[in-house]
Amino acid sequence: MLPFLFFVLVFLVVPTLTVVVGAFQDEDGRPTLGNLDALTSEAALTALRGSLILSASTALIGAVLGALLSYLIVSMPPQSMVRRATLAVSGVLAQFGGVVLAFAWIATIGPVGVLTQAMSDLWGANIYGSGWLFGLPGLVVVYSYFQIPLMVIVFAPAFEGLRPQWREAAVNLGASTWDYWRQVALPLLTPAFLGALLLLFANAFAAYATAAVLVSQGQPIVPLMIRQAITSEVLLGQANVGFALALEMIVVVTLVMVGYNLLLRRASRWLR
Amino acid sequence: MRHSTGFKVFRAVGLLLFAAYFFVPLLAMFDFSTQVRGSAPGRTWDNWALMMTDEDLRSSIVASLLLALFTVLLMVALLVPTMVWVRLRVPRARGLVEFLCLLPLTIPALVIVVGISNVYSWVTYLLGDSALVLTFAYVVLVLPYSYRAIDAALSAIDAATLSEAARSLGAGWFTVIVRIIMPNITGGILGAAFIAVALVLGEYVFASLLHFDTLPVAMAALYKSNGPAAMAAALASMLLVAVLLVALTFLSRDRHKQGASS
Repeated sequence: MLPFLFFVLVFLVVPTLTVVVGAFQDEDGRPTLGNLDALTSEAALTALRGSLILSASTALIGAVLGALLSYLIVSMPPQSMVRRATLAVSGVLAQFGGVVLAFAWIATIGPVGVLTQAMSDLWGANIYGSGWLFGLPGLVVVYSYFQIPLMVIVFAPAFEGLRPQWREAAVNLGASTWDYWRQVALPLLTPAFLGALLLLFANAFAAYATAAVLVSQGQPIVPLMIRQAITSEVLLGQANVGFALALEMIVVVTLVMVGYNLLLRRASRWLR
Repeated sequence: MRHSTGFKVFRAVGLLLFAAYFFVPLLAMFDFSTQVRGSAPGRTWDNWALMMTDEDLRSSIVASLLLALFTVLLMVALLVPTMVWVRLRVPRARGLVEFLCLLPLTIPALVIVVGISNVYSWVTYLLGDSALVLTFAYVVLVLPYSYRAIDAALSAIDAATLSEAARSLGAGWFTVIVRIIMPNITGGILGAAFIAVALVLGEYVFASLLHFDTLPVAMAALYKSNGPAAMAAALASMLLVAVLLVALTFLSRDRHKQGASS
């Protein structure tokens, strides 16, 4: 047990503390709140807004479409091949990100992408436009690619947990299909849905690799701003601004994950 | 439950749309990877062959595969004895170990990278500047997933009875863990190993920001000079990861079956 604790201390706790402490120090190690001022600069606020918009929109898109897809496959019999294949593929694609994912979308709707060329050959349409794929709108499309499958993995068990007996009981008491969904199923599913929404939000907020490959100009989101802060050696004191930005990420993700765990506890009350 | 025809049509159309969204980018990547450079007509497998012939790419593939192997070994060596020991001897510490293992879910990898440069200047000072030193960071990265897989497997066996039986026959703790407990949780360890390999093969955050040449970093660099070859390498790594993760779902299904029949 001691080697394990030592390992976690060195490679997880120390780096995290370095970030937290470094956020409140200037480059000579004196305590300061100056780095936090950098968080309220125009560029930092724009990046934070970009990150929040990206995370919220892809969480919402992922949650709604993922819940829809979960419903479509859960309505099939458990031994159905399509259902099992969808769950297996979702397990793969939810882990899918980084370089490969960025490449896949460049190959599809990039400047010489397959879909881009097909569209212009067939209808003369220019879906590449002025390069929206490499900005915030492109990130929304690309992030949804792993958010929807993640939602399926997280949320399909909630659908599966709805017992047929509850529906039968409701119908016996005179409920229509609409009444059942409105008064039994939806209230049961709501905590699980909101919890999944928060998980997806944190997932998108913390993601870095895909955006790093896709976006080479500008810093539309916080992770890319951190990249700029820690890779540019020309600007002195940028390292500590990087710490402050990283602290901002910890705070946001921690808050969201605490909410997620509370909702998870609420959701597991009925669905076991 | 019976479904109306209308619903079945809606379901089929919906599933087709989802399938299109998820598979078109992969097919596009395949199409791209077989193109001849410079948009000349015709198809070629040269870009796929480059994975073997290109020196930089090949060495990065070797580095990534070795990293995956070492990550799995170190993860098992650290996690399994700790979890068995905590379960049998110090149940009070279980909450702490679980908290530490799940912590990387809350602390983004990027944040760890930002704070880890001091630690890594020591690591490279002590162990040299090979990409393999990333093993340490990757073990942290895979901790939550590995912990869950191994914890589930350990919960399914009666570790206390097994170890007491072995101890009363004179086995030491090393024997108990390696020869008694581990063979009984092979499924969980395999699951943990698969997901670790899958994560390591795609990992870009640590490798790129700490400047080590792993496969994803090499692919991103190669893309600037030879797009189709980078696409081929990306698709190949994606397929390998997909096979591993699909195998993982079958593995966990088999475990369910065993649990249900016993």
